[in-house]
Amino acid sequence: MANLLEVKNLKKYFSTPRGMLHAVDNVTFNIEKGKTLGVVGESGCGKSTLGKTLMRLHEPTDGQVLFKGDDIANMPIKQFKQKYRANIQMIFQDPYASLDPRKSVLELIEEPIRVHNRSYTKAEIKSHAEEMMEFVGLAKRLSNSYPHELDGGRRQRIGIARALSLNPEFIVCDEPVSALDVSIQAQILNLLQDLQEDKGLTYMFITHDMSVVKHISDDIAVMYLGQMVEKCPAEEIFKDTIHPYSQALLSAIPIPDVHASHDRMIMKGELTSPIDPKPCCRFAARCPYATDECRAKEPALREMRPGHFVACHQAEKFM
Amino acid sequence: MAKIHTPAMEKIEKRNARRKKPAVSTPSSEAWKRFKRNPTALIGLAVVAVLILIAIFAPLIAPFDYQQQNYAEMMKAPSIKHLFGTDQFGRDIFSRVVYGTRYSLIIALFCTVAAFFSGGLLGIIAGYFGGKVDMVIMRIMDIFQAIPMIMMAMCIVAVLGNGIPQLVAAIMFASMPTMARNNRAAILRVRGNDYIESAEAIGLSRFKIIVSHMIPNAVGVMIIYFVGFLAVSIMMMSSMSYIGVGLAAPTPEWGLILNDGKAYITTAPYMMLFPALMIMITCFAFNLMGDGLRDAFDPRLK
Repeated sequence: MANLLEVKNLKKYFSTPRGMLHAVDNVTFNIEKGKTLGVVGESGCGKSTLGKTLMRLHEPTDGQVLFKGDDIANMPIKQFKQKYRANIQMIFQDPYASLDPRKSVLELIEEPIRVHNRSYTKAEIKSHAEEMMEFVGLAKRLSNSYPHELDGGRRQRIGIARALSLNPEFIVCDEPVSALDVSIQAQILNLLQDLQEDKGLTYMFITHDMSVVKHISDDIAVMYLGQMVEKCPAEEIFKDTIHPYSQALLSAIPIPDVHASHDRMIMKGELTSPIDPKPCCRFAARCPYATDECRAKEPALREMRPGHFVACHQAEKFM
Repeated sequence: MAKIHTPAMEKIEKRNARRKKPAVSTPSSEAWKRFKRNPTALIGLAVVAVLILIAIFAPLIAPFDYQQQNYAEMMKAPSIKHLFGTDQFGRDIFSRVVYGTRYSLIIALFCTVAAFFSGGLLGIIAGYFGGKVDMVIMRIMDIFQAIPMIMMAMCIVAVLGNGIPQLVAAIMFASMPTMARNNRAAILRVRGNDYIESAEAIGLSRFKIIVSHMIPNAVGVMIIYFVGFLAVSIMMMSSMSYIGVGLAAPTPEWGLILNDGKAYITTAPYMMLFPALMIMITCFAFNLMGDGLRDAFDPRLK
């Protein structure tokens, strides 16, 4: 199937007083239409920055983002807003912080509709918003409530309704369930999956929770310090993961069995600073298998099996 | 099953019908609820309300004209006829103080509004755009702040002469930096929130984001500064009149009445006591109200 999104060598650097912070460094990947790419990695590895750079909430430093063949990273922001703003939407991490506390549920959902449908009358906007509420499973009686009166799941539904009301094709889900209770996480994940089936949506699903990503993704990309270290089909990462960092991440998934013996791979060492990093494997400082080559040369992303990309000098060893 | 009615049930039903439906809880209504529960804030509000009434009905309350001189009754101590005594021209100080309320409140309001729309707006712009814009605006404000307030007032009066507009301008310039700083901080606090990014993500324009998300969320804090600033401008106005760069005699401004009385402080202390008390009470009331508003809008700031 055709790729909806092709990201090529995308870079996002932030200039800080101590130097250039490489938040997203040379990231390359594709997402097929109707599929979900799960992006995992620890806090601060640039997952959210990657999502926000795709949305042009951050200006990309370098690289290309082809959305249906059109380079959205390098077009003027005005043109992007006109052509693609509605097409690429985002569901935010924290539904407590990402909704204006002074707006009622209906107002929050009407807002995007009003911006993108100038010709609508008030009644049309309202009926469209109410339709969206029903669509994401929010009762009509909540329309005059304020976000602070609702639980996290309902609030996240508001966020989803806001994003969906613009009929996007691609949605960046920035840890949409990490702030929710486990019981509600499942509801929201199911809602997202149903919507994907209904509307043929394409997701980039950012999370640090391996069990969530397993549930929802077709492909999984593992990020470490701004770089993509491994990308493969979802089933494969749980069976045949190659990169040592992915192995460590997977060993962190708790096994719900008291008697199971569990070899956890404990990582030692400090996180390498993302500010002006040296040209070496960024995981080398914590990697138990690191060699001199790892400390001297940056590994490139190589296709080790069909559809399975790894950035590790010693990938052959772990296959 | 038929519904059974007992007198007790009817009573309960009646009571329920009397009860108002629970109001929708908006952040503003929550704030008002908190404000109502705060006795000191209510005292402040009551005193301010009384002062406003005094200002409106000054001609009805004051027994004499504030300019009327009476050489038969100069420097009289407070009595039933002259509640606050009389000054060296035989003018009734009570009447002067009552009329002074008008000047103080109106000029304070003008000063605050002027400062708010000059400094405050600059602060909002600086806070939203950040970067170079912020840098330029705030450095200009720093320069303003480096000039002593009284000196600036004196310069303005020296160039433009005495009068209410000049006084307002002087206080406005002197207070612009603080206003700008406060509003900038309020906007910065809101700007960091996720919902601003979310508004950007759904394609709202910058102007729309400022007007419909940032200002409504920062307005609570801004009102607090606004009310607090009323007290500050009354103080500034009185001190400027007192040293002679504010309003000109015979305006019954509190600072001027103080100035009139300063020569007689040993023989007739009441001449200074009452206007000073009024200044104190007014500022105190505004401050109480401001604190109450702060607690009401943002309990975390306490």
